[in-house]
This record gives sequence, C-alpha cells and structure tokens, in this order.
Amino acid sequence: MAGGCAALLFDGLRLTQADSYRIAAVDLATFLVQCLNAVQYGLLLFLVASGLTLIFGIMGVINLAHGSFYMIGAYLAFALAPYFGDWFVTQLIVGVLLAAAFGYLLEWAFFSFLYQREHLQQVLMTYALILVFEEVRSLLVGNDVHGVQAPPWLAGGFRLGELMSYPWYRVFASVACVVVAIGLYWVVNRTRLGMMIRAGASNRDMARGLGLNIRLLYRIVFAGGVALAALAGMIAAPLSSVYPGMGGSVLIICFVVVVIGGIGSITGALIASLLVGVVDTFGKVFFAEYSGVGVYLLMAVILVWRPEGLMKRAY
Amino acid sequence: MKRSWIVPVVAALVLLALPPVLSPYLHDLVVKIAIYAVFALSLELLVGVTGLVSLGHAAFLGIGAYVTVLASGDSGGSIARILPLAVLAAAGYALFVGALSLRTKGVYFIMVTLAFAQMAYFVFHDTKLAGGSDGLFLYVKPTLVTLSLDDKRTMYYAVMLALVVTYALLALLQRSRFGHALAGIRVNEQRMRAAGYPTFRYKLAAFVIAGALAGLAGFLLAVKDGAVNPELLSWHESGAVLLMLILGGIGHLRGAVIGAIAFTLLKELFQLEALLGPLASHWQLTLGLTIIAFVALLPKGLIGLRRRFAAGAVHG
Amino acid sequence: MPFHTFTIKTPLAAAALALCALGAHAQASAPIKVGFMLPYTGTYASLGNMIESGFKLYVQEQGGKLGGREIQYFKVDDESEPSKATDNVNKLIKRDNVDVLVGTVHSGVALAMAKAAKDNSTLLIIPNAGADAITGPMCAANIVRSSFSNWQPAYAMGKVAAEKGAKKAITITWNYAAGAESVKGFAEAFEKGGGKVVKDLNLPFPGVEFQALLTEIAAQKPDVVYAFFAGGGAVKFVKDYAAAGLNKTIPLYGPGFLTDGTLEAQGAAAQGMLTTLHYADNLDTARNNAFRKSFALTYKANADVYAVQGYDAAQILGAGLTAVKGDMSKRDALTAAMHKVTVDSPRGKFTISPAGNPVQDIYLREAKGNNNEYRAVAIKALADPARGCKL
Repeated sequence: MAGGCAALLFDGLRLTQADSYRIAAVDLATFLVQCLNAVQYGLLLFLVASGLTLIFGIMGVINLAHGSFYMIGAYLAFALAPYFGDWFVTQLIVGVLLAAAFGYLLEWAFFSFLYQREHLQQVLMTYALILVFEEVRSLLVGNDVHGVQAPPWLAGGFRLGELMSYPWYRVFASVACVVVAIGLYWVVNRTRLGMMIRAGASNRDMARGLGLNIRLLYRIVFAGGVALAALAGMIAAPLSSVYPGMGGSVLIICFVVVVIGGIGSITGALIASLLVGVVDTFGKVFFAEYSGVGVYLLMAVILVWRPEGLMKRAY
Repeated sequence: MKRSWIVPVVAALVLLALPPVLSPYLHDLVVKIAIYAVFALSLELLVGVTGLVSLGHAAFLGIGAYVTVLASGDSGGSIARILPLAVLAAAGYALFVGALSLRTKGVYFIMVTLAFAQMAYFVFHDTKLAGGSDGLFLYVKPTLVTLSLDDKRTMYYAVMLALVVTYALLALLQRSRFGHALAGIRVNEQRMRAAGYPTFRYKLAAFVIAGALAGLAGFLLAVKDGAVNPELLSWHESGAVLLMLILGGIGHLRGAVIGAIAFTLLKELFQLEALLGPLASHWQLTLGLTIIAFVALLPKGLIGLRRRFAAGAVHG
Repeated sequence: MPFHTFTIKTPLAAAALALCALGAHAQASAPIKVGFMLPYTGTYASLGNMIESGFKLYVQEQGGKLGGREIQYFKVDDESEPSKATDNVNKLIKRDNVDVLVGTVHSGVALAMAKAAKDNSTLLIIPNAGADAITGPMCAANIVRSSFSNWQPAYAMGKVAAEKGAKKAITITWNYAAGAESVKGFAEAFEKGGGKVVKDLNLPFPGVEFQALLTEIAAQKPDVVYAFFAGGGAVKFVKDYAAAGLNKTIPLYGPGFLTDGTLEAQGAAAQGMLTTLHYADNLDTARNNAFRKSFALTYKANADVYAVQGYDAAQILGAGLTAVKGDMSKRDALTAAMHKVTVDSPRGKFTISPAGNPVQDIYLREAKGNNNEYRAVAIKALADPARGCKL
C-alpha cells in the first residue's frame, strides 16, 4: 500500500514539470492525498482494533465497551490539553499511562468476572457498561461537542498539488500509529511478555500449569488494549472533534476489522484496517451514498471466501 | 403441562379487556409493549430455542417497518397487500444474512450479524432510497375492508391479535419435530449432524422465520408511530431486544413477553422525574447499572426468580 | 404464580399512579402550558438554550403573562434525534398535556413534531427548524414558524454568488432534510443567475470528517463553495477549510448558520466570510439595540439569531393570545390572529405567509471580529414559495 503510493509520488513529481500533464498531475496529486487520507484513517483504526483483537484473542471476552475507551481517550485529550499546551507528546504519554491504569483497575473490578460467562452475558454486560460510561462522561464533562487544537508545532500543512495543503498533524498521526504498531510487534514477538501472551493465547491451562500468572497477564493485556484505544482517541481528537457517541461508530468498524482480519491476529488487524481505510475513503469520494455500505460489503465478500478472517492467529 | 396454558390465556384476556380503562398515554404504552413483545418473541426463537445469539435482529424490524411505509406511499393501502410485503422483505433479508453468517460460529456469528444489520442501517441512513437520517412518515395507515388501523381501538386489537398469534405459533413450533430438532442443535450441533440432520438448513429456516416475525413487529411499529427512522436498525435496538430476553429469562416464550414488559417499564420508570429527580435525565446510567446487576445476579432472568422462590418453598 | 403478577403488575401500577399524579396536578391551575422540545445536549445544545432564553425574555418583558395568562413551562430534550422525536413529542402532548409546543432546531425532529401537532391539533410554533415541508406539503393552520425556511437564506446566497460572477459551484452539507433543501435553494438562484452546481457533496449527520471531501473540492476547482452546517459542525468545517488552504483561492459561502454563534470558536478562519441570513448582529435599529441590551443584561451573553427567533416565537404567540383575550378554546381566531400579525422583531418587521412562514428581508453579512456585520440587503421581503401547501 505505502510502496504503491510512494511510487506514485515519484511519478507525480516528475510529471508536474510539463503543462500538458497538468490534468493528470492534479488527478495524481488528488489520488495521492486520498491515499494519505486512507492510510491515516486505517492506521488509527488499527490502533483501536489491535486492542480489541488482543483482548478477544487472548481472553476470549467479547467487549462492546471498547469503543468507549476510544471516547475516553478523546475526552482525556480535551481535558488534559489546557495543562500541557505545547508538550503534546508528553500529554500523549501521560494519557496512555492514565488509560492503562484505568484499564488495569477495570479488569480487576469488572472484566475478570466475565471470562467464565457465556458470550451473550458478556455482550449484555459490556453493552450496559457502554451506557454507564456514556452517562458518567455526561455527568463529568457534559454533552457538548468540543474541538481540540493540534499543538502549535504541528499546525499548518505543506503544499500538495495546486490548491490543497495537507495538514502536518495528520502526518504526525500516521507516523505515531506506525511507531506504535512497530512497538506492538516488537513486544509481542521479541519480548518475554510477548511470549507469555502468545502462550496464554494458545493454551490457557497449559500456560497456567507451567507457572505463568495468568491473572496478572490478563490484567496487563487488558490494560494494554485500553491504552491503545485511548491513545487512538487522543490522537484522533483534533481530527474529528470530541462528541458523545464517537465510541459507537468506531466500535462497529473495529468489529468489521477484527472479523476481516481474523480474531486474535494483530497482522490481520493491520491489513484489514488499511483495507477498510481505503474502501471507506475512496468510497466517500466515488460512491458518496454507498460509502457506509462499502465496508460491510467488503466483509461479506471476505466471509464468503474465508469465514475465519484473513489470518488465523498468525502473529 | 396443562397449567402452563392458564397464565398466558389469563394475560391475553386481561389485555383484551384493558382499553376502556387506559388513558391515551398508557394506551400507547401498552401497544408499544405488545409490539416489542412480538419482536422479543421472534428473537427468542433464535436465542432461546436454537441457541443462536444474533446481535443484528433489529435489521429485520427496521426493514419490515420501512417497507410498510414505502409500500403505503401517499395513499395508503390494504393490509392484505402491505403486511405480506413487509414480512417477505424482512424474511428475504434474513435469508441473505443467514446464508452468509450461519457459516460462522460463536463470537464470529455475533459480530457478523451485527455487521449485516449495520449494512442495512447504512442503506437506509445514507442513501436517497428512503429519507435518510430523518426517516419517513406514514401518512395513511393501512386498511382492511372496513377496518382502518388509524382507529386506536382497532389498532389495539390488531396488535394483541398479532401477539397472540405469534405466541401460539412459536409454542406450536416448539412442540413440533422442527422445534425439537432446533433444541437438539442448541444442545449439541455435532451430534445432530451425526444423526443425519442437515443442521445448516434447520438453522437457516429458524433464522428466516425469526426474521419474518420481526418484520411483522416492524409493520406494527410503523403503523403505530406513523414514522420510521434508520435508528430502528441500529445496534442499540438489537442490544435492547437481547436485553429484554435476558431480563425475562431465556428458554421460555413467557420470558420474552415478560422481558419486553419489564424493559419498557424500566425505561419509563427511570425517566420519570417524579420518581428519580435529577437522575431521570441520566436514565441510561441507572439502566446500565441495573442490567449489570441483573446479568450478574439473575442470569436466568425474572423467570429464574420464580423458580428460585418455588424451589425454596419446596425444599424449605 | 403470585410472583408473576407481582413482577408485572407492581411496576405497571406504580407507573400509572405517578402518571396520574402528574396529570391531575396539571389540570388544577390555569396557566397556559408551553412545552419546549429543544436540543439541550449535543451539537445543537447552544442553539436550544438561546431559543429558550429568547422566548422567556419576551414573556418576562410582558410581565410574565401572554394574553393575560401566566405561562407554565415544560421541557423535553430532543437530542436532535429524529428517531426519538415521536416518543419525545408524545411526552409533551399526551403526558404533560401542553397547550402550545415550541420547537425545534433539527429539521428532521421538527417534521415529526409537525406531524404529531397535526394529528393531535396542538398549536406548534417552530423557532428554528427550516424544513421546507413544514410550510409546504405539511402546512396546517395550527403550525407557525418564527424563523425561516431552509430555502430562503440559501436562495439569497445563490443570487449573491451569481451576481458576483461565479459560474461553477460545489455544495457540501450533511445528509439530512435541512442540508438538502438549503443546497436546492442555492442551486435554484445560482442557476437562474447563469451558474452551474457541478457537484453535491455530503456526509452523514453529524459527522465532521471532512478531509476526503475537502480533497475532492480542491480537485474540482470550483469558483465558489456553498456549505450548510450549523453548531459544532460549522466550527469544524470552516476551520478545516482554512487549514486546507482552500479559503485563499475559493470563497466559501453559506447561509448565516455557518458563522452565527460560532465566530469566536472559528477565529481567524472565518474572518471576511460572506453569509446571508434574516438577521445581522449589528443591525443598527432601535429595536435591535434595545433587544440586545435587554438580553445581555438578563443572560450575560450576546444574543444571536436563535435568541431572536425564540423571542419572536413568543411575540407571535402573545399576539394571538391577546387577540382572543387568553381564551385558547377560540382556536380558529387564535391561529388566524397568529397569521395576521406584523411582528416587530429585532431583525426588522416581518409578516407571516398563509403557509405559516415569515416573509422577511434577507441580509448579506460579513464576518468581522466576533460579529456578523450587516453589509447590504440581499433580497427584500422574500417569501418562501410554499410548494405543495394547500392552505
């Protein structure tokens, strides 16, 4: 995906020299920008979906409240912004730590009781959790729509084509997501913790038999999932504003991503997120009315071809 | 076995006698509850009898409702034309969704049904097919010979009739061979397959019937409200009907009806400022906490409550 | 068996008792019951509050009475959700038994309110929602608007854009009734003036992810862009438009909602923007100045067009009630008087068309500082064509 866009960028630069290519160049520039938009959206989605697929793949809990963590992250950004001003990266780190702590507590207080229950009960209890989160947010911060400013050192954009400038902040968002994705890959595949996670995912009882503290492991994984979703929310806040119900829309798309990518697979989640990003962004441009449907059609097609998703637990 | 008929029949008689006693607001409320009872019963066939947890059942409710309004157009029409159209449309979409999603199991199934419901939602929400996010209005209600569903009394009895028919149909279904097969699939699908049953077809049949009944509920809802909206297909609606089932108690048809009553009344109660003061505007909080408490403490629903007390009485 | 009846009937009885209590209390006193159905939460929350404030200001100025009768207020938060509209309006009509409905902001919700008002013959005054259909095919004698139809300011903007020489336009809005009608009104005047709308862009309400659509606008290179957004969405769009650098080369036009009540949040991004509306903050008339002063003193905030509409809604109701001396049973005389009134509004004097919509001047304004300043009259005494109304 990125390789293809990079190749187009080179071609685009060469072509803009000649006037007669101007029309083609404008189309290329637009296409390039739309590619960037798609990738940026897909990467942000990946952050949220990876948390969901981890929690699901490893703990077997279907968590409808995952979108709420995204919302909490966004509102956190709104709440913390006045205190951190320019120190945006610091604010992100603090927010992530707060979210992880919250996730840790939430797992201990609530989710640890859900593992033994049937899926229907998990669905309903996490659905009820959404209602609770929304109302608590309403009580604490109210129901208004809020804008969040991007930090001043990321304001503005760079020229792309004749009329458009692409905002620096969006570039930052994509880069941040890629950094986190690499970090996630490294943790899962190259550290002891990652090894324990993979072990717990393959065979819970065996892992426990071997002396792994499964409870602690689950708590850490859950906290990680929450932190990922919250981070995505914090990054997305300046892009999409902060409003009630923002968790709901993200949640369903994430479910689609997880189904397409395969439950428990992070690589699958990455591929699926980018696919969804492309379908959604280009769908909005070409099929304005049906863009919402497009993502689900994609899912339907993938299901017909591979009912268990693109990747089956291949990290 | 004989006693199990008494309560539903008594309840039906009470409902039929109610209209003169009710204020307009309560009248609407009872009709609303009855329609949701039909909706909940349709899902009970899937969740309680066949063991299929669908998180996208509202799509069929919504499609039934929308087709009702679209088929009525500007001049209304006959119930004999519009009702079958609505039910068939819902059943048709159920056939499509079922054929694709029954290939998956467990959690995948839950997520996939949700996603297909979202797809239908977006068709109604985004496209110019039907009024977008504002929804559509039903200007002339369907009629049948001399009866018009515009008349409140007629509407009331029509809804009650639908509820009784749905309940009876599902009760008969449960006792039939088909119903027994579904129960077997719920308990152990592999064993049923080993015994030679084409389980996929049975599950699909159940899915389509459930969708058709939900379409019936959708028809009634559209006629009652005179308006339809894409939110009828939203996952909140699908979640709500699942909640009704678990409130009432899964595994019994009565549970679906009780759940519908309990859920609607709870929502009304939690929104009453007279009872809860400032918390009333935050009724979702109270509702959410209640649900959590319920699922945690009473996983068998309100029906389970009775069993517990009955068991306690027997064993002292 | 006893537990069945216990679990079903007790909540039912409790609910019935509570509701009866509410009903009985309401009938005992003689004030006129005004039910506000407005957005008190969500993207239109500030608009809802402004409307209510404006309405109550007028009543306060009349000594707390209209037509000699006290006013008792009820409120329901419609959350700008059309799906809950029927249920919400029934709460006011059937549970609280209001005499007059006042609402709302969102056109989709207002359509449901108009239908319920028609079905139940309740008096309805709309202090904002501009759905053309309400004074079109759904018009009724008991429904009056104190604001505008979506067509009016849009038509005026189309005329202005065509007069400025623009030939190619792109429109962008939310995918709902208000957006679609606004865009149609603009296109009607713009194409009459020799221009052409080459593309209609839209996104679901209340989404604010404009990035892909802004890219598309840049690609198409129109002469002007016409946008309809309000509240939080308007803030985001104007800022995103400027952030994409488009405001330097393609002028952004819109009806006043794009910049009304949002200039402070939009900041530099909105400066110099031209919009059309039936109101301008700095209209230098005695009436407007007195109104703004009174509003600022009472609420410690600056009035905007929504406050004016709420204020005028009360004026219309007051005029009707005065004509029948407070006797609401004289329904025909009441609605006739409400249609015949010349409203002395802070926006200027206006009358009501037979379909129930204001016939008013539309002004051209420019955004300067935190105000939309009056520049000229775009169209004088513009009446909505009320297509489809049989009144």
